[in-house]
Amino acid sequence: MTAVVEDTEEFVEESAPEVPIVGEATGGPVAIVRAGLRLSPEFVKGIGVTMLLALVATTGRIVIPIAVQQAMDHGFGSPSGKVDVGEVERMVAIAALAVVATMLSATAMSRRLYQASESGLSGLRIKAFRHVHDLSVAHQQAEQRGSLVSRVTSDVDTITNFIQEGGLTLFVSIAQMALATIVMAVYSWQLTLLIWVCFLPLFATMRLVQKKTGARYSAVRTAIGRMLGSVSETLVGAPVVRAYGIEDRMGARMDEAIIRTRRAQIGAQRVVITTFSAGEIAAGLANAGVIVVGTLLGVGGDLTAGQIVAMLFLVSLFITPVQWGVEVLNEAQNAISGWRRVIGLLEAVPDVPDPGAAGTDLPDRPLDVHFDHVAYAYPGGARVLHDVDVTIPARGRIAVVGETGSGKTTFAKLLTRLMDPVEGAVLIGGVDARRIPFEQLRRRVVMVPQDGFLFEGTLADNVRYGAPGADDAAVARAFEALGLGDWLAGQPHGVATAVGQRGESLSAGERQLVALARAYVADPDLLLLDEATSAVDPATEQRIARALEALTRGRTTVSIAHRLSTAQAADEVFVFDAGRLVERGSHRQLVDQGGIYAGLYASWARTAVGQAI
Amino acid sequence: MRPYPADASPTRRGLWVLGLAIRTEKKVFAGALTGSALYGSMTVGAAWAVGWATDHVVLPSLASHHVGAATLAAGGLLIVGVAVAKVLGIFGRRLLAGVLQFRMQARYRELVTAAYLRLPLAWHQQRPTGRLLSNANSDVEMAFMPIAPMPMSLGVGVMLIIGITDMLLTNSVLALIGILLIPAIIVTNTVYVRHAGPRFARAQELRAHVAEVAHESFDGALVVKTLGREATETDRFADRARALRDANISAGRARSLFNPILEALPNLGVLAVLLFGTQQVASGHAQPGDVVNVAYLITLLAFPIQAFGWVLGDLPRSVVGYERVAAVLAAEDHTEYGVKTGRRDGVPAGLVFDEVEFAYPGAETAPVLRSLTATIEPGRTVALVGATGAGKSTVAALLARLSDPTGGAIRLDGTVLAEYAKGEVSDAVALVPQQTFIFGDTVRANVGLGDDVSDEQVWGALRTAQAEKFVKALPQGLDTVIGERGTTLSGGQRQRLALARALVRHPRLLVLDDCTSAVDPSVEAAILDGLREQSDDAAGATVVVIAYRKATVALADEVLFLENGAISARGTHDELLESSAGYRELITAYAKAAEEAESEEREVVA
Repeated sequence: MTAVVEDTEEFVEESAPEVPIVGEATGGPVAIVRAGLRLSPEFVKGIGVTMLLALVATTGRIVIPIAVQQAMDHGFGSPSGKVDVGEVERMVAIAALAVVATMLSATAMSRRLYQASESGLSGLRIKAFRHVHDLSVAHQQAEQRGSLVSRVTSDVDTITNFIQEGGLTLFVSIAQMALATIVMAVYSWQLTLLIWVCFLPLFATMRLVQKKTGARYSAVRTAIGRMLGSVSETLVGAPVVRAYGIEDRMGARMDEAIIRTRRAQIGAQRVVITTFSAGEIAAGLANAGVIVVGTLLGVGGDLTAGQIVAMLFLVSLFITPVQWGVEVLNEAQNAISGWRRVIGLLEAVPDVPDPGAAGTDLPDRPLDVHFDHVAYAYPGGARVLHDVDVTIPARGRIAVVGETGSGKTTFAKLLTRLMDPVEGAVLIGGVDARRIPFEQLRRRVVMVPQDGFLFEGTLADNVRYGAPGADDAAVARAFEALGLGDWLAGQPHGVATAVGQRGESLSAGERQLVALARAYVADPDLLLLDEATSAVDPATEQRIARALEALTRGRTTVSIAHRLSTAQAADEVFVFDAGRLVERGSHRQLVDQGGIYAGLYASWARTAVGQAI
Repeated sequence: MRPYPADASPTRRGLWVLGLAIRTEKKVFAGALTGSALYGSMTVGAAWAVGWATDHVVLPSLASHHVGAATLAAGGLLIVGVAVAKVLGIFGRRLLAGVLQFRMQARYRELVTAAYLRLPLAWHQQRPTGRLLSNANSDVEMAFMPIAPMPMSLGVGVMLIIGITDMLLTNSVLALIGILLIPAIIVTNTVYVRHAGPRFARAQELRAHVAEVAHESFDGALVVKTLGREATETDRFADRARALRDANISAGRARSLFNPILEALPNLGVLAVLLFGTQQVASGHAQPGDVVNVAYLITLLAFPIQAFGWVLGDLPRSVVGYERVAAVLAAEDHTEYGVKTGRRDGVPAGLVFDEVEFAYPGAETAPVLRSLTATIEPGRTVALVGATGAGKSTVAALLARLSDPTGGAIRLDGTVLAEYAKGEVSDAVALVPQQTFIFGDTVRANVGLGDDVSDEQVWGALRTAQAEKFVKALPQGLDTVIGERGTTLSGGQRQRLALARALVRHPRLLVLDDCTSAVDPSVEAAILDGLREQSDDAAGATVVVIAYRKATVALADEVLFLENGAISARGTHDELLESSAGYRELITAYAKAAEEAESEEREVVA
């Protein structure tokens, strides 16, 4: 016979928080920049001096064209044919001083800029990192891991790039063009107008071109993202790829993504080069115009030869802003959207906030828990837990059972305040969980999740995560106390054995053993085990259970159990079904009652214990 | 693999990598070089045109107060013509240089990823995924970074030759200023690169560290939260972030110092030209146009000369990237395949473990398997039972030839696994690992893995794996995209899909590595029922199942008990209960707990 299993419920709960809750900040670019500067006041500290230095540095660039004009008109190229060496010497000396002053200002300005922007950005990174940890589990899990990482890495980097390269270039370029225009206008307004006419089409279409390059660049980023995705899939899924012999299929997929990336890159480059070249053509036209119109004006006596040649030099000050303008606009756009994402993260209000010092202290006694008519629903979702009203006595040993999707995990998350109820209250030691400072709550109420995540490092490093002060001997004692001394002795380097990335050098069951030791050294008053031994062999599990029992005499223990052996040993069993607490009592009472628990137990007994009850 | 001596300088190595690119894409490079030469000569041409126009159009006209329409037009056209030719050069140079760079990147990415598919799992396990990803991405990118500006810098060579010749022909004294300026710029640039290069490299490395910490910390967010370690994690991250900040500031200082110097050098050169030019004009050795020509040439040449420095500056980084990539390509470590073909008749496979030994690299003193010997008859279902950490998953991996034994041999139908040709083992054996992996693709693709399987077959496998119901409830059924970018599945659902993936292929040997641990007991019971029905079919498979649960063990014809790296006992479940104390302890742990609990209760009641 094939058992009919209803599991649509499971699907509903697991995928409930579908909407990514950590959004992007809205508002126009100006509002975003304002908000960004508020977050990182380091950027604007002393910005006045930096801008002043930038202005001096830019003014220095105008020195050369003016020097050329002066030298020609008063030195070697005057129409009279008279050459005045002394005049040129004086002028060159002044210009050289100006060039050196320019250089020094540029250095000072650039140093200040790096100092301010890097300080501001590292502060922003740290703030954003902390904020991710302050968000609730629901928030954290609704986001893709990579997307959270990028908010503290590449998103911040785009802001850096813009501030250090683009932002300054933009400011300097505008100043440079303004100054050049003023100087040119002094020489000849007609030629100034002509040069502007040559460059005007480029300025006018810049936004349009920028949109196009922006789209091409984003196509490149998408292509690279896809390529990395397919490569990482091949790497992470290497065992499956090998075991099923699908190397050719994976190879073809990666090759396709690689070629797509190449095409996108070349496509983006074509647009960039076109813009760059348009700047060169405009400069060529402007130069020709200066020669032709300038000569005509010069013949009329409005213009000297030196002024005409100076105009040619000034034209070259125009090309750079035009040629890089599109790139700068792209960078600006990237920076704004990077800022948007970082600010969006920081604006996401932690919906499970720490009351901190304003909270209420936990009483200094064993902790009892009272669920006072508690209900829970995911944001925008249906209720997954209804009216739970139950007390867990201090030092009690409670087992919580139910099918996937029954609400038992929600119960555990509310109990450890990973989430807050939408109705009712969870009282720990008589205090509303929402009023308990995290510093006390996390020290005295510890949960061991099913996935015993380990950090790269040694066994000892990971156990110490539960109690920073524990030395290697204390770590070893923790394993001993849990009946895991033999297992530890079998490890190549004892407590100094490296666990690898994410603990992947250990098997899933072994990782759970380490996670238990980690919770053990934390020595909490209330221990919640969420299927914490699901991948451990039965004998070891029973050994741990007995050890925990001995150790937990003084503390309150709640076990979310998959294997009902745990339930048998508990003082009381809570049975959840479809979001409600439907049965409670001792194992024997519940089996005798013949309800849901009796059914679960029969199924468990058939598969695991091998006996008919 | 390295065609240069081990002690070759970074520059020499870098030049070799450049040469590699040139040899690989000869035609594209030749085109880029032509474009670059055109650009180079036209850059000089632009200065010359301006100088010519000054001497032949501007000065005579202004002196004579008369404009010749023809000369005026000639001057204008000359300048525009040179600009157009220069643009053509830019187009050819930049576009083709880009093609060259991106083609080389794509080529090496293909080579690296092909190597990843070729290299055995043991090689993969010794290297962090993050590093392998960056080998295929940023290292390849870095290796061919200097290619883009390379044709330009070679074009600069052409430009310099023409430019210097032009200056020398114009005026030797002024030319000397221009010539002296070139080494000045190159030397400054070289010092800059030496000084700033390591700082940039360090910043790059620290950037990776920042990402690593963020990744790990966010992965373990639940542990961080439940143990209240947010503050220490933030400190750990802040240390890395501040180190990156300091490195960036240090690199930025180097840039702040050198960039203004590099910009000032040509400006000072122009001033020198003006100074000496005036004297030359005064002494009748030069025309005013000559001075303008040389001065303009200097402003035009300054940037390309700097670009030449960039290529040199990027070379050390390029070498670092290339050598990392080359190390992957040169990895000798590969799975040897034989030539034997397996049976295709779908008959269950026979299996022999012959004194199999296995130790993980670096833990040779603590082998996982010491001497595993056993014969499994075709069509049998065998349960492999052992304590946590006993090496059960290692056995499963060896059966699918994800690794090879470090001693002894495993025979499938009498042939050692390593003697089969490529693809033969995966054709016969299907492993469902403990940790499921789901591809970011449709349900159909995740089950069929690109093989030619009908929808009926897929549904059939899903039915046996108890996955039919939830797949039907998905928005697009078999076409629903799942994984990180699609619909998220629960652990139990993923395990059931992975099981269906194995079942749909009708393997001759099915290896189940505790693959129903996240499935509810009642669902698991249904899966086991389905498997039992299947194994009753004539075309069933030999099954090796790793489990603790009594029901799974009961499904087996026979039990192998793995203890201390060897089979310490084998027989039926009942036989082992009699003969093996270890087995008894392990398998009856639940029953015993149940009994104890009950007797405790009875005592309490009594």
